[in-house]
Amino acid sequence: MNQGVGVAGIYVRDQDEAIDFYVGKLGFAVHTDARNGDYRWLTVQLADQPGFQLGLFRPQPPTVDEATARMLDEAVAKGAMPPLVMVVPDCRAAWERFLAQGVEFTQEPISRFGSVDASFRDPSGNGWKLVEAR
Amino acid sequence: MAAAQTGMTNKSTNGSGLDPALLRRLLRARDKLDTASHEAWPVRRLAAVSGVSEAHFARSFKAAFGAPPHRYLLSRRIERAKALLRDTDASITEIAFQTGWDSLGTFGRVFRDITGESPSELRARERAEPYQLDKVPHCFVSAAQRPNLTIAVSEKRRRDEPDR
Repeated sequence: MNQGVGVAGIYVRDQDEAIDFYVGKLGFAVHTDARNGDYRWLTVQLADQPGFQLGLFRPQPPTVDEATARMLDEAVAKGAMPPLVMVVPDCRAAWERFLAQGVEFTQEPISRFGSVDASFRDPSGNGWKLVEAR
Repeated sequence: MAAAQTGMTNKSTNGSGLDPALLRRLLRARDKLDTASHEAWPVRRLAAVSGVSEAHFARSFKAAFGAPPHRYLLSRRIERAKALLRDTDASITEIAFQTGWDSLGTFGRVFRDITGESPSELRARERAEPYQLDKVPHCFVSAAQRPNLTIAVSEKRRRDEPDR
């Protein structure tokens, strides 16, 4: 690979809660958890995708000011952040597994367009589409 | 418009002024409207989903999402009806009942108010135009084609027909 995405991050309202969710319920592992004062660089990873880390970040100083941080927290909480797509071999099996973990689904699996998809949200409000690989 | 804002604290200059924890609960109600727009959603039912009092629900929802809950519901129903008109061969009557309308007349009227054309006109036009959205996950396609309902339906009708 000549070029690739190594880290892409999302904003979460609480990083400990995000670990409980992404690691405890969705099966990610913590890749990096480094603190510098109040700042915490936190990324998680899936075993099948070692080249990619999902960042779980707080909107906070010094990266953004307090007022902007609040706006970003609001945007996440009202579901206004960009779409996220997780790909699985079997959407219904993943749905059952995640549901048993208490994941908040906003759409049950539906068969359409030659695939199956469902939707869920993380505790912060980030919306994920759960799509069966075609 | 300004009257609807009274009572809202406005701590941040651009935000809704609502607590993120409340917004997250309001989002839960909006998610219900998104996934089950064909169902009846009285304020009481939505307020219960959000854990908010009925008195505060509609105002908070509008502050959070820019439209009152009922208007949001209508736009979602029309969005779904448009998708069904485009993607299925179901009759317009079937689509009206499938998307939550009690009468064909109401469906047709609100559909025209929001989209500017009748269901059959939209179906004929959409079928004449090729589109290449099959690579985009369905929910994002619907979001991209969501009718932009920023004013009251009756208001839009008046504005579009100034002579009546």
